[in-house]
Amino acid sequence: MSEPGRALMRLDYADNQVGNPVTGYVHGGVITTLLDTVCSLVAMSASPSVAMVATLDLRIDYLKPAKPGQPLFGQAAVDKETRHVAFIRGEAHHGDEDDPVAHCAATIMITERDDDGASLPQAEGVG
Amino acid sequence: MHRSIQQLKSEGRLCDVVEMIPYAQFLGLECLNDPDLGLLAVLRQRPTNIGNPIAQAVHGGVVGALLEHAAIIELWNRFDMETVPKTVNVSIDYLRPCRNADTFAQAQMIRQGRRVANLRVEAWQSDRDKPVAAAHAHFLLA
Repeated sequence: MSEPGRALMRLDYADNQVGNPVTGYVHGGVITTLLDTVCSLVAMSASPSVAMVATLDLRIDYLKPAKPGQPLFGQAAVDKETRHVAFIRGEAHHGDEDDPVAHCAATIMITERDDDGASLPQAEGVG
Repeated sequence: MHRSIQQLKSEGRLCDVVEMIPYAQFLGLECLNDPDLGLLAVLRQRPTNIGNPIAQAVHGGVVGALLEHAAIIELWNRFDMETVPKTVNVSIDYLRPCRNADTFAQAQMIRQGRRVANLRVEAWQSDRDKPVAAAHAHFLLA
C-alpha cells in the first residue's frame, strides 16, 4: 500500500525468520530488511522521475522485541526530499503505529531518469 | 541453548552455534574461523538475497543481517552468553554495491560497558580494504 511519500508493507511471521530459537523472536536482520525495503519504496515513490534508489545509511533502534507469530508492518514517510537525497523515517509495528517495535531513519540516494525517460542510469546502487 | 553454546564453545566449535539460528540458515549466513583473520561471518552467494535485480546487488537488509550476525559472533566469542544478545540499535553505512558474491564481515569491540557493548563491524567481498558496508551497534550484555 503506498501513496507518494508514504508506504506500508506487511510481513507475516515465518519460522525461517527466527533469530533466537529459544524465544522465537525474529532476527534483527528481518526488521532491517523490512525497513530498508519500505524506506526505499517511499524514496522511489517520492517523485515520478526517480529511476533508481540506493540506501546510503540506515539507523534502527530496536525499541522492544517483536512478538513471535504476529505479522510485522513496516511503514515509512519522506521527511525531506532533495535533488539527490531523500531523508526517510520509518517504523515497524504489529498494527498499532503508536506502539512500534523499532523505528528508523534512512538516507537514500536518488537517481533521476533522463529527460526522455528512456535510459536507466548506470547501477551504482549500494543497498 | 545456553548449554549448547557453552558446550560447542568448549569443544572449539563456536561456529556451529550459527546452525541453530533459522534466519541464518535461510540467508546462508555462516561463521568461519580463519587462521589469519580469526572469527568471521560469511554471507554465501544466493540469488534469493538479491534486492536490486538491475544492479544485481544484495538487499541492504540482508547486508544489515550479516553485519549484526558478525557482531553477535564476536559477543559469543568474548562472553559466556546464555542466548542471542539483544540488539539495542544499529547504524549501517552502505559504502559500495554488494555484488552477488560471498561477503565477509568481522566485528571489533569498541567499548565494553557493564550492561552495554559497542561494536564496529565491516563487511567486504574480494578486497578487505574496500568494504561494501560498515556498522556500529549497541548490544545488551545482561
